[in-house]
Amino acid sequence: MTIDTSPAPLVEIEHLYKSYRRGNQTLPVLQDISLNIKEGEFLALMGPSGSGKTTLLNLIAGLDRPDAGHLLVQGLDLTQLTEAQLAAWRARSVGFIFQFYYLIPVLTALENVELPLLLTHLSRHERREHAELLLELVGLSDRSHHYPAQLSGGQQQRVAIARALVTDPALIAADEPTGDLDRKSGHEIMDLLTRLNQEFQKTIIIVTHDPEAASHASHIRRLIKGQLLNQDEG
Amino acid sequence: MIKLTWRNTLRHPLRASLTVLGMAVAILAFCLLRTVVAAWYAGVANASPSRLVTRNAISLMFRLPLAYLPKIQAVAGVKAVAYGSWFGGVYIDERHFFPQFSVSVPAYFEIYPEYQLPAAQKMAFFQDRRACAAGRQLAARYRWKLGDAIILKGRIFPGEYRFILRAIYNGREPTTDEGRFFFNWEYLNEALKKDMPAQADQVSWFLVEVARPELAAAVASQIDAMFKNSLAETLTETEASFFQGFVSMTEAILIAIQVVSWVVIGVILVVLANTMAMSARERQGEYAVLKTMGFRPRHLAGLIFGESLLLALAGGLVGLTLTFPAVLVFKSQLGQYFRVFPLTRLTLGLGLGVALAVGVLAALLPAWRASRVGIAAALRKVG
Repeated sequence: MTIDTSPAPLVEIEHLYKSYRRGNQTLPVLQDISLNIKEGEFLALMGPSGSGKTTLLNLIAGLDRPDAGHLLVQGLDLTQLTEAQLAAWRARSVGFIFQFYYLIPVLTALENVELPLLLTHLSRHERREHAELLLELVGLSDRSHHYPAQLSGGQQQRVAIARALVTDPALIAADEPTGDLDRKSGHEIMDLLTRLNQEFQKTIIIVTHDPEAASHASHIRRLIKGQLLNQDEG
Repeated sequence: MIKLTWRNTLRHPLRASLTVLGMAVAILAFCLLRTVVAAWYAGVANASPSRLVTRNAISLMFRLPLAYLPKIQAVAGVKAVAYGSWFGGVYIDERHFFPQFSVSVPAYFEIYPEYQLPAAQKMAFFQDRRACAAGRQLAARYRWKLGDAIILKGRIFPGEYRFILRAIYNGREPTTDEGRFFFNWEYLNEALKKDMPAQADQVSWFLVEVARPELAAAVASQIDAMFKNSLAETLTETEASFFQGFVSMTEAILIAIQVVSWVVIGVILVVLANTMAMSARERQGEYAVLKTMGFRPRHLAGLIFGESLLLALAGGLVGLTLTFPAVLVFKSQLGQYFRVFPLTRLTLGLGLGVALAVGVLAALLPAWRASRVGIAAALRKVG
């Protein structure tokens, strides 16, 4: 008898379907997706445009709801949660990084990082401390009082990463995090994500077109026309 | 969140400034128009429930014999009776209009304690038949001083009437008309006896003070019953009804002014709603990102309502502040038509309330839309 010592799956997906309606037409986006993502895993989802990788990421992160199938994250069936429960779960468990950073332009870097903590019970002082710590982690302590427009693309993305991490989420979901950056900045961002995965055992899922970015991940899965290819390239 | 609301409000300084300015102008216009309406109704608002006005039942144009006085005085419940006539003379020329009344002294001023005359001036006014009394504002308008001679040319009662200013009265209430001109009825009557004897010994109205307001209806009925089937039947009504009768003649104008005041608010509501809709549309991506972080629809609605209320409140306060000097200018320019131009607390409160209501209403649709924004769809659209 052998004992399985590998970590439990953080994400369990079975026979997942998702389609969108456009007028009278129904467009299938994801078809029969089954996938497990273990805790501490760094997974890259690759595929051509329209293959459904962002949709899959959105479903895993609780931004959208599947049409059918099972979707468990941290043992929680996301399809059964109400909107309010889903919002509370996202606030606790998921950090997002977007291609276009989506920082709030009227808030400083520090205030942007502090934003998700407004939903916690931390005091103002504690929120500031956490945000400063995260900015230090991404190497931007000296830019904490700069507004997004005063930062380069790479710096803005690092602020976005700090914002995604500030609540210490179990899962980091990144949609094309290097898509809007030059090669050097993109490399720095991927190094940072790799460090978060290796040093802090963060579970990271990134969606990318870029093989160079995907090469930082421990596992790569490809989607073609809404279907997941069988082989894991990890 | 308060910081974010504040900074969102100032995100487009030009747009915010123009919206605040528009709101300020709308509230200013609203308050001014409401004040014009209040000025129109000032006579009604200042009327005492203890005062009745008895006039000719046919029309105010027809007068009543002075001989009615002792009969009215004898009615049970009557405390005092005075009488008067509209003089309608011309001072300098017809552009210099102010209301002129020949009244019975001292009875008229006993029934009207709102007109406050200094004791010495009151004595001088009552003792001299050719004396006149003017309100403080009227005296200031023509820089009249006590002892000045004032000449009025009669139109209803032809002739030149010369008066000596013996008293300047102050209004007891801020809304008391300080633009009136009073003189002794006896002086006019003597002139009429000489030149137009058929017009002598007649008055335009009797002013009846009742012992208690609740007696007003009974006293009015008794007076009118007493002169029923006479050559000059009477119509007795409360002072408020009497003034309301004048206001009713111009009711269509008043309704139009009131409608315009609300139309102005409607226009600014549309402007602010458009501003808020534009801002909310531009920030759809940000709202989606906030939702990914766990912010709930009520948080997003709070941001939008907060911004809308800040803009509306800022505009409202600027508008209310501007109303004070605007009322003064209005009063100085149109004082001869609006001698009482009362900017009341009610008008100011209504202005502020309307501003806040506009703020809430303008945010309703954008807040509803923002709360329903689908995260994935919004991010796809923005990206």
